[in-house]
Amino acid sequence: MNDRPLSMRETMAWGAFGLTLFIGLWAFLSISGIVPRQFLPTPGDVVTRFFTLLGSPFAGATLPQHLASSFQRYAYGVLLAALIGVPLGLLMGWFRLLDDILTPIFDALRFIAPIAWVPFAALWFGTGIGGPVLIIFVGAFPPCLINAYRGARFVEPRLIEAAGMLGTGHFRMITEILLPASVPSIVAGLRVAAGLGWQSLVGAELIVAAAGVGFMMVQAQANVSTATVMSGMIAIGVVGLLIDVLLREGEAIIRRRRGLEA
Amino acid sequence: MRSRQVWIALATFAALIGLWVLATNSAFIKSGRFPSITDFGIAFNQITAKSYAGASLWSHALHSLKLVAYGFTVAVATGVPLGLWMGWSRRAEAAINPVFLIIRPIPPLAWIPLAILWLGLGDGAKIMVIWFSAFVPSVINAYAGVRNIDRPVLEAARMLGTPRFRMVREVLVPAAAPMIFTGLRLSLQASWTTLVAAELVGALMGIGFVLNMAQQDLYPGMILVGMLTVGILGWATTRALAAFESRALAWNVAARD
Repeated sequence: MNDRPLSMRETMAWGAFGLTLFIGLWAFLSISGIVPRQFLPTPGDVVTRFFTLLGSPFAGATLPQHLASSFQRYAYGVLLAALIGVPLGLLMGWFRLLDDILTPIFDALRFIAPIAWVPFAALWFGTGIGGPVLIIFVGAFPPCLINAYRGARFVEPRLIEAAGMLGTGHFRMITEILLPASVPSIVAGLRVAAGLGWQSLVGAELIVAAAGVGFMMVQAQANVSTATVMSGMIAIGVVGLLIDVLLREGEAIIRRRRGLEA
Repeated sequence: MRSRQVWIALATFAALIGLWVLATNSAFIKSGRFPSITDFGIAFNQITAKSYAGASLWSHALHSLKLVAYGFTVAVATGVPLGLWMGWSRRAEAAINPVFLIIRPIPPLAWIPLAILWLGLGDGAKIMVIWFSAFVPSVINAYAGVRNIDRPVLEAARMLGTPRFRMVREVLVPAAAPMIFTGLRLSLQASWTTLVAAELVGALMGIGFVLNMAQQDLYPGMILVGMLTVGILGWATTRALAAFESRALAWNVAARD
């Protein structure tokens, strides 16, 4: 094994080599015509297409408009998951009976992929906002619930005993002891939820939606516009990355305030 | 304590089923929205005894299972070695990481339209998307597994002049195995999610196709049959992998619960 860490220059050089190989191979395959350009546009085609889509509409809207409509659904779904999942998790962490009742249900539901909820989502809430929001909710809900629950279950017993001795009621015990003590765990859960929600959104929009980036990609697929499909993939990847970076940053800030290592 | 939990779980499911019967019989929930037990029974009977969406439940399930098995196998067979290699060689890591950083943020499901464009609605496109989605967790965990091996273990093996092939087979793979299995579990989950999504977008066969047809036919009973099948298949394959893991890692006390 080569234990010696590479110098900065070596890392950069190897990185550049890898990237060049990747993009070069891609460009070679499409420019040489080994893969028809309609199915594998050149990297340049995709970049051009991406910037065209920023201004001119495809499938009824420009790329930023599609992104905005995707993001709206996404925000609703994740928010709903957090607003229901976190309190429920805390309650389950405090009331043993609730835990024993709900855990088997969630355990049973866990194996059904969020995307399998699509038919019911469409049947119950239509394909506008409601259907996709339900799918995002199903994807983002488990980490919200589980992390709040774990946070509440592993609160230092001394805190609970001290509060109990002072006659703290159930409600204040949850809002003033369990909730603050579980914040780091909850925030970590929210970050995971945000990522899973974004993935579910893409799936939901491919199947049930009349707008959004996923919808744009399906339309592009039907029109055999590979460059548009790839532009959609780039947009989804970039926005997903941004969400992750922002939440990581937020999580680090909260952990630092708590005196935990970031 | 343990038996108390079991009893509560049983009571919960009994109560849920009771609630289901009550809600659908009293027309509190309309049968067009959620099936009654009878609707569910009719749908189940139709797809097992006769056929729905062109085949019986058994053939649909088997078809999906086969695609997951192919896609998962290809992903693991390519992903784990790549991850091991990246963990082993700093140069490979430096060269592959940037490409990985570009591809990784793209959610697995976003590959579906591209796969359909390239390979159509048949099995090839499904295997491709499963491969892409299951590939990433396999690589990352194999990579992390090698990186987390205790230095002295590697140094001792090298000092003894272990040849490269035996080094990989007898040191790297076993030491990274617990992490590799974590990756496999995530890969398996990703495989099912992607397959169901890909079959919902477009397919001619499989459990996602059943769901798709049931959605278009406004057939809640069949939707429920499809969802339960997805759940059972996911559960069964996860259990099979866990059983394989506990056999493969029998020597590893930490991996045993």
